[in-house]
Amino acid sequence: MTKTKRNILGAIAYSVPAFFALMIVAIVLYVMTTIVAGGWGSLTMDFLLGAPEEGMTKGGIFPAIFGTFLLVVIMSVVGVPVGTMTAIYLSEYASQRSVLARLIRFAVNTLAGVPAIVFGLFGLGFFIQFVGAGVDKALYDDGLLHWGQPNILWASLTMALLTLPVVIVAVEEAIKTVPRELREASLALGATKWQTIRKVVIPNSITGMLTGGILAVSRGAGEVAPILFTGAAYFLPHLPGGLSDQFMELGYHIYIMATQSPDVEATRGIQYATTLVLLLLTFALNFSAIFLRYRLRKRIIT
Amino acid sequence: MQQSPDISNTLMKKRFRIGEFLAEKVITATAFLSFTFIVLIFVFVFRETLPLFSPPEPVATVEELGEQETYGDLVLTEAEQAAESKEKNKDHVDEGVTVENLAGDRWQPISGKPKYGLLPLIVGSLKVSLIAVLLAAPIGILAALFTAAFAPKWAKEALKPVIEILAGFPSVVIGFFALVVLATYVQDTFGLQYRLNAFVGGVAMSLAVIPLIFTISEDAISAVPKSLTEASLALGATRWQTALKVILPAATPGIFAAVLLGIGRAFGETMIVLMATGNAALTSADPFEPVRTMSATIGAEMAEVVFGETHYHILFLIGSILFLFTFTLNAVAEIFVRQRLMKKFRGD
Repeated sequence: MTKTKRNILGAIAYSVPAFFALMIVAIVLYVMTTIVAGGWGSLTMDFLLGAPEEGMTKGGIFPAIFGTFLLVVIMSVVGVPVGTMTAIYLSEYASQRSVLARLIRFAVNTLAGVPAIVFGLFGLGFFIQFVGAGVDKALYDDGLLHWGQPNILWASLTMALLTLPVVIVAVEEAIKTVPRELREASLALGATKWQTIRKVVIPNSITGMLTGGILAVSRGAGEVAPILFTGAAYFLPHLPGGLSDQFMELGYHIYIMATQSPDVEATRGIQYATTLVLLLLTFALNFSAIFLRYRLRKRIIT
Repeated sequence: MQQSPDISNTLMKKRFRIGEFLAEKVITATAFLSFTFIVLIFVFVFRETLPLFSPPEPVATVEELGEQETYGDLVLTEAEQAAESKEKNKDHVDEGVTVENLAGDRWQPISGKPKYGLLPLIVGSLKVSLIAVLLAAPIGILAALFTAAFAPKWAKEALKPVIEILAGFPSVVIGFFALVVLATYVQDTFGLQYRLNAFVGGVAMSLAVIPLIFTISEDAISAVPKSLTEASLALGATRWQTALKVILPAATPGIFAAVLLGIGRAFGETMIVLMATGNAALTSADPFEPVRTMSATIGAEMAEVVFGETHYHILFLIGSILFLFTFTLNAVAEIFVRQRLMKKFRGD
């Protein structure tokens, strides 16, 4: 190969990957600018704190924000402890070759790959049709639906299941950064295994648990498919008052407003602004998770 | 982290402590929940498809009448409910589904004589996934190669958060962007008849797939041992020759896994296709015609369907196919990542 030919080939080999990398940055910037430009004008305090008015053509999105908030809170209350305990089991108790540990690891990997819509089907088939309807049959005798229908509890539990792998992976990563010497020092001082976990491992990996929780919340706030038929409502005149109520949700609101509302063009402003709110929310959450993880990684090096 | 489990036991006499015992059991049981739920997902998603495979039974059993009919925002009064179940019984010539019906090329679930041909839906899903991965794979893999092999440190530090931001975009946001901005742009550029089509859906989907392919490829490329790279450089190869001829081939199993996972992601994704593909169940090879994918069909129709109806079970059947397909892809990808990579680099 002549030197010039090699240089030309080399230039291509460098610049094509660089171009694609740059392209990703450009795409992200373009999507974000479009949504910010489209939604910024409609993003007012009244919009954030008001309820939809006049058949959802005017007014705000407070019920959707509130519903999303409630969804991720219930989801985290259930999902983060379960995920944390699973991570503790996998990294502290299980021996890597035990059948149980491998089963659980397999399950977590599988769970991470199940399509979101299948979680929705599961929520419908299991939580609503099986658990909910079963509770109705056992506790109420009036033939009406109390728990055997879509509501915020079933939607949150479905979402907790979907975000479980996110929590487990983040917490495990954090537990791995706790130096072995700390554990051994604790055990050498006579602490038991559970005492060591409680007093040494958990306090030292609290950042990771926080990261896991944040990532799960971000994922849960953004997913719509699992709640399409497990609890999200098109429009509710009141906020959800209990666990058996339906709720409005930001992502679902965007989907509905952009595809099903009678006059799609007239509500473009609302659609853009709702999208902007959801984007800012996930952006803020992801950014804090990235920041926390960055601090965590710095600890490994030092 | 397994190296220090039983120091306390070997140094001291083991004493039974109830707290220790309970903690371990509770944590183990909780960890087992993940597995329990995977089994439950299998059982409950497949269970709802079973009535399709059994001979037709009388429809209005007591149990069904008690459970069905109120769904979503729609709360029927009792009178309406009675009327509707009567109407339902009248319509019920379509009980049970034949294989011919499922293999047909018409998806018309809501009509006098419902047709449940899955072909257009499968073609739709394949078309969108294919377009998405054909776009996302070169972009993701080459960008990963750039990041792992060529990029100066500052570019690396800048690119990673951008990818994480892209990965963090909710799919409904990407769907909205595709629906409002991308679709118009594509239509104007190519002069298309349909604003929403498989191509728009595929392009939008590639935005969701790029971060996945990028991240896994980047992991695979970074995992190529330094010794290989250094040997190549020492033999006089340039950096780009090393990247293309040594690093990329060595990382192939991981990259292949990344592409498989990308296909799985694209296949299962719902909101983007629901919003951007037009949702018309057409069977054609033309990428610029609207399509209705399997996931979008479930998303669009499940909320309106009557519990216990054939249509309801068919939607679960579609879900089961989606589940099995992505499950298989993930399993194959896992094998590629775990075993091939290990063998390749550790020689065992």
